[in-house]
Amino acid sequence: MSEQHYDDPANVTNPEHGEHHIVTPAQYALVFVTLLACTALTVFAAGIDLGVFNPIIALAIACFKGVIVILFFMHVKYQSNLIKMTVGAGFFTFLVLITMTLSDYISRAWGLW
Amino acid sequence: MDSAIATTQEHEAGEHEHVFVPQHRHHFETEEQQREAGSFGMWLFLLTEIMFFGGMFFAYLLYRNWYYDAFVAASNQLNVKLGAANTAILITSGFFMALGVWAAEVRKKRLLVIYLILTTIFGFAFLGIKYFEYKEKYELHHIPGASFDVSQFENPAAYGLKEQPLAPDMAQKTQIFFFLYFAMTGMHALHMIIGLGLLFWLLARAQRGEFTAGYVAPIENFGLYWHFVDIVWIFLFPLLYLINRHPLK
Repeated sequence: MSEQHYDDPANVTNPEHGEHHIVTPAQYALVFVTLLACTALTVFAAGIDLGVFNPIIALAIACFKGVIVILFFMHVKYQSNLIKMTVGAGFFTFLVLITMTLSDYISRAWGLW
Repeated sequence: MDSAIATTQEHEAGEHEHVFVPQHRHHFETEEQQREAGSFGMWLFLLTEIMFFGGMFFAYLLYRNWYYDAFVAASNQLNVKLGAANTAILITSGFFMALGVWAAEVRKKRLLVIYLILTTIFGFAFLGIKYFEYKEKYELHHIPGASFDVSQFENPAAYGLKEQPLAPDMAQKTQIFFFLYFAMTGMHALHMIIGLGLLFWLLARAQRGEFTAGYVAPIENFGLYWHFVDIVWIFLFPLLYLINRHPLK
């Protein structure tokens, strides 16, 4: 996009359109190795008794793996702000739904949790 | 396709320069805009999928809190080695899919076909291991329903298991774990079966060179779907197999 026109109803010269970026095989390989290492790590961590931290660590590793898959394998890091916002808003809405439903369940059986 | 090319002549004053490529549909101003609209639509679809799987993840979260002992006992009957192997297999399949997108972008037809075949092979390997896991559950009568057998959970010592014995009512609740296990991994497997079907279709089209002449959208959007299925499993594996190994006393 060389120059920006402010009168642009067709949204053609929008500088927000992402550059067409090609992720290289070397980057993919790095992500792949990281994912395999994280899988080994999470299996190893599950073998140690960490009390309440066992599920927390397992989910933290899963979230990290999910994020790098989304950013690199799914190219979100190189997409336009529109797509980044869409993905972010989707996960945010999902968390809101979980939080509100869970707070309902917790407050109905008060003291049993 | 033809109509997209036919719009070449229509140049209005002050309009940007069109660069015409056969895949560019006439209702998009630029190919860039078309590509982004496609990704946007694919992501909206994937977000509905997140909500779909999210409901089951939420049910798991809630029931695990309600029937904690039953979930611990039932979860520990799953084979961590097979689950971990399947995680690695699925990640490998996703890696080849990512390489396939790259091959299409740089217009290497042979490489694209090879990577799509590897993606398919690892996808089938995942389903193969899943089959043996399901088969074991079938033989142990651990599929929820009329023939579900709670004896392993009521008297684990008799089966050489180290789990705590459960009272009969709690032992019945292991059915809820297995119901969610089959619902979640089953829906995940169904997504993989659909994906593998699409892979054969894409392979045939890739073989004809349809995606290595500048038009990569189907490969790219299928890649998004395949990686999404990956992500679901990345969360299913720790939740179903790992987090109940060391139960709270």
